[in-house]
Amino acid sequence: MTAVLERPAPAVSPDVRRARRQVRLAWIAKHSIAIALSIMFIAPVVYLLLLSVMTSDQALTSDYWPNTWHFENYVRVFEVTPLPRYLLNTVIYAVSATVLMLLSSVPAAYALAKLKFRGRNVMFLTIICVMMLPPQVVTVPLYLMWARYGLTGSLAPLIIPMLFGDAFCIFLMRQFLLTIPSEYLDAARVDGCGEWKTLLRVVLPMARPGIAAAALFQFFYAWNDYYGPLLYTSENENSWTLSLGLASFHGVHHVDWNLVTAATVLAMVPIVVVFFFAQKAFVQGVTLTGVKG
Amino acid sequence: MRLRRTLTTWSFLAPALIGIVVFFLYPLISAVYFSFTKFDLLTVPQWVGLDNYRRMADDPLLMQSIRNTLWMVAVFVPVRIISAIGLSMLLSQFQRGASFFRTIFYLPALAPPVAATIAFVYLLKPGTGPVNTFLDHIGIEGPLWFNSPEWSKPSLVLLGLWGIGDLMIIFLAGVLGVPVSLYEAASLDGANAWHRFRYVTLPTIRPVILFAAVTGVIYTLQYFDQAAVAGSVASGQAVTGGGISSSFGYPEGSTFTYPLWLYTVGFRYNALGYANAMAIALFVVAFAVTVILLRRAKAFSGEEQ
Repeated sequence: MTAVLERPAPAVSPDVRRARRQVRLAWIAKHSIAIALSIMFIAPVVYLLLLSVMTSDQALTSDYWPNTWHFENYVRVFEVTPLPRYLLNTVIYAVSATVLMLLSSVPAAYALAKLKFRGRNVMFLTIICVMMLPPQVVTVPLYLMWARYGLTGSLAPLIIPMLFGDAFCIFLMRQFLLTIPSEYLDAARVDGCGEWKTLLRVVLPMARPGIAAAALFQFFYAWNDYYGPLLYTSENENSWTLSLGLASFHGVHHVDWNLVTAATVLAMVPIVVVFFFAQKAFVQGVTLTGVKG
Repeated sequence: MRLRRTLTTWSFLAPALIGIVVFFLYPLISAVYFSFTKFDLLTVPQWVGLDNYRRMADDPLLMQSIRNTLWMVAVFVPVRIISAIGLSMLLSQFQRGASFFRTIFYLPALAPPVAATIAFVYLLKPGTGPVNTFLDHIGIEGPLWFNSPEWSKPSLVLLGLWGIGDLMIIFLAGVLGVPVSLYEAASLDGANAWHRFRYVTLPTIRPVILFAAVTGVIYTLQYFDQAAVAGSVASGQAVTGGGISSSFGYPEGSTFTYPLWLYTVGFRYNALGYANAMAIALFVVAFAVTVILLRRAKAFSGEEQ
């Protein structure tokens, strides 16, 4: 340890000099690779931004740089599509799905992580199965069920199920709750708290990061969801979400690539903003899904 | 007292239980029943026995969708894992700047799949797309990407690699979790960088690789959004009703994944019985993969036993 802190001797042997040069070369190599990759990851976004302020004629050429800057493209997107409508629907879907999911899934995750009861393993395995199985497996019967109640063509079939929990979020929060030491819960119980009170007063405040991660996942999932809205709302344009609107937009306006990309950028902005405010909780959540809790 | 505790426990679980029964078990059982019937949305289901399953064997487009899905499993899943390990190894080398690069690599994973797909179809446009223009500058004739049957799936893989961030973070946690003492011991034994990776890092992150492989297969089995949007955007055809496109699978059925064909059969051709037979077949495969995952689930469940 101390060796690291020592000042290097003034006279340097060729060996040490060679070693030092190797370290420096490795440093340069690592950083060059990382910077080159960063450019590849970011370039598509930068290109989209540039494209979105071109004229529609220039967008059809192979130019990288806008001749003239047309920020009004972003306003025109609102004029040529019902974008506010799509945006509102997406917000309704994402927010209500997230809130309802939390109400129903937090208690379930708590029970699976911290309460001992018969059938716990069966319940947990079932939740993993639900989480892992492709949604297409149950698509047709579910569609028929919602059609019977006349709810297809609205967002209800996407939102209502969240009242009854989301398998992935239950799994994620359970992983997080496992990391909370049981001693805290025992202390609360000794003080005479019932289980519900323990959950509300002790577990919830401690589990805030895990709950935040699950909420973000649910929010992003709903915001980005294409399959669900396509299935249930495609017949009624008033219920379309951004994903659906974007996918159709190119069909009607496929010549106006500048507008298509402007709309695409607009769909990504809220996600990026939310991410920057909640980066830590998000990264923690991703980690918890794949690694031992 | 005991009864009361049991009741409290189940009060926590009641909503989730109802959810599993109503939105999973019930539709699953109905799907099995419907798979033995012939019906569209308008008529009463009519029992036809195994006809739907027999029909699957004679459906050339279904076979093509299975081939496409298997292609994605064989190429996309390993390429994704190898790239994610590579990126996480690179990031683990940085003391300073790690969180900056991590954010950069992670951001594209947040882009809505529809938006990302539209962007990529534009980037990879054969005539005037920036990627091919760039390749042209350095003297390479770029492929037709999403517009050629040979390149459409590799283009989807490229799109998938752009959004590799979440898998990268999972691997990064695994790589950073390798005890430093193991590396030091290996170095003392004269191990070079490759040996350290091969004999220290790789064995330690094996559970993460298994997890990534199995979830990757499951993800590929339900691959829908990107394939659907890429096909219809690249074909340049107008779509109707929120993206239901006559150009699904474009070009030449090369982007017809299994779920995409299932959706088309069920909701465009209204052959709901047949679609359900396909759903049950998908269920069997996905369930088998899930069981494999659970068998090796120690690292996955976090159970301390």
